[in-house]
Amino acid sequence: MIISDQPLLQIENLSVRYITPTGVVDALRNVSFELGREKLGVVGESGSGKSTLGRAILRLIPRPGEVSADRLAFMGQDLNGMSETEMRRIRGKQITMILQDPKFSLNPVMKAGDQILEALSIHGHINRREGRMRVIEILKAVRIRDPERVYNAYIHELSGGMGQRVMTAMMVVTNPMLLIADEPTSALDVTVRMQVLAIIDDLVTQRGMGLIFISHDLNLVGSFCDRILIMYGGRIVESSRASELHNCKHPYTRGLLESLPSIEHPKDVLATLKRDPAWLMAP
Amino acid sequence: MSGNESTLAAPVGLKAWLMTDTPGSGWQAACGRAYRGWRAFARNPMGVVGLAIVLILLFCAAFAPWIATADPTVQDLSLRLQPSSAEHWLGTDRMGRDTFSALVYGSRVTLYIVALVLVIAAPIGLLVGSSAGYIGGWTDKVLMRITDIFFSFPRLVLALAFVASLGPGLNNAVIAIALTAWPAYARVARAETLAVRKSDFIAAVRTQGASNWRIIFRHVMPLSLPSVIVRATLDMAGIILTAAGLGFLGLGAQPPTPEWGAMISVGRENILDQWWVAAVPGMAIFIVSLGFNLLGDGLRDVLDPKMT
Repeated sequence: MIISDQPLLQIENLSVRYITPTGVVDALRNVSFELGREKLGVVGESGSGKSTLGRAILRLIPRPGEVSADRLAFMGQDLNGMSETEMRRIRGKQITMILQDPKFSLNPVMKAGDQILEALSIHGHINRREGRMRVIEILKAVRIRDPERVYNAYIHELSGGMGQRVMTAMMVVTNPMLLIADEPTSALDVTVRMQVLAIIDDLVTQRGMGLIFISHDLNLVGSFCDRILIMYGGRIVESSRASELHNCKHPYTRGLLESLPSIEHPKDVLATLKRDPAWLMAP
Repeated sequence: MSGNESTLAAPVGLKAWLMTDTPGSGWQAACGRAYRGWRAFARNPMGVVGLAIVLILLFCAAFAPWIATADPTVQDLSLRLQPSSAEHWLGTDRMGRDTFSALVYGSRVTLYIVALVLVIAAPIGLLVGSSAGYIGGWTDKVLMRITDIFFSFPRLVLALAFVASLGPGLNNAVIAIALTAWPAYARVARAETLAVRKSDFIAAVRTQGASNWRIIFRHVMPLSLPSVIVRATLDMAGIILTAAGLGFLGLGAQPPTPEWGAMISVGRENILDQWWVAAVPGMAIFIVSLGFNLLGDGLRDVLDPKMT
């Protein structure tokens, strides 16, 4: 059924624009890329369209945003032509998205376990006992030591790292094919960040998912992902293998790399990015 | 002085168990929270008075056959319009029926109306308000304009119109009052929904593929419920007054059901000579409405942290 050489996701000329009374804002301009079963990092500064890309794939761009694409296909199915009902079957079941801050992205009046169960019960009826067992299982898979307690906990009773693991559990419990992680670790401190990343890495590798990892941390993405897209002003300015990141040629990527401090090559003054309006045009 | 000492001393026994910072079980924590809520509520003496009135009402309704001294429907024309006496504590009406017993049985009717109106009106209001707030756009405009239309009529007049078309009777009065009561809850629910609809956890449920209805029922409504409950307790007095008004006009509960509004109506003709016949049920309506209002105020102070 699944053809291995068929890319998981094919995107051609995806654009998102917001038509507002004060003018048209182009959030994404002609983004094209393909994704296989790999870990793809998407890097860029704030407002470069990273999160918009994630939401556009799930077709969750709020009004008055307009999405257009020559091709937006997931495993050969055209997402662009799907009805809202068909789209709901894709969301959460085949493509899921981990959001940034668990403090805000989990329902404050619902038990953590019930929220994970919610994902299961949206996509097919499941009885409570069997569902509970699968939730406990997935909580163990995200390395929560006392899953029974966490099942009955509310989000304010959990730490940030625990919350993000619950969020991750919630998004992988349905065994999706593609996981979009929208800055999943930026609300966490550094040590917890590495644990959460390791968990996501394991899950993605074990279950053979595709991963789109959205971040603004170039070093992190460079070490974690297979391939990297650099975005600026709603466009992909450069695409590179993670291992060849230091060979990138685009002045924006170079600027980003040079403005990072390095412990091996200390500099007195770090470079500042000089943005060129020409980058917004076609390369 | 002894009062000061007792507050300074460490609490022992049940109180310590309730007030501990490290509860041993979820049940203990829940008990402690309820106890703290009660302490906050008890600081408001008027609220406690309201609670007492409502509890007395509930007690009367539950044990009416044992409290009442006579059957409120039995007529004895030889004993009509009696003043208060050892046999008839609050006198008799012009059919010779015992007013005290009618009052006690009437509390059942009053509670029946209040409870049923809330059971009908609160869910309707919650559903309309949450859908309008969450879906937005034209749905919001249409639903809220309908709400505004219901709001623009005086409540009793609208209820009268409904009863007139449905026919007089206790259940029709309940339906009529419910139809006039839901818009307030719709407004409250919509305001709460607007506050949560943009939040990340709603976005997260959407990325999981939840439908709009699922989000409204399972994720939005539980969050607007507390405000609706507080609003409902404050509304109870109004519901009682509307019900009594309908009863007074002969459009609510039909005789021989003892209903406070209808009792005033019966006593109206003798109001100058035998004032107690109308005054006693009037006082009952007044006291119970006041009780519900005081209770609602007290509850709002406890349940809604934004107010204090």
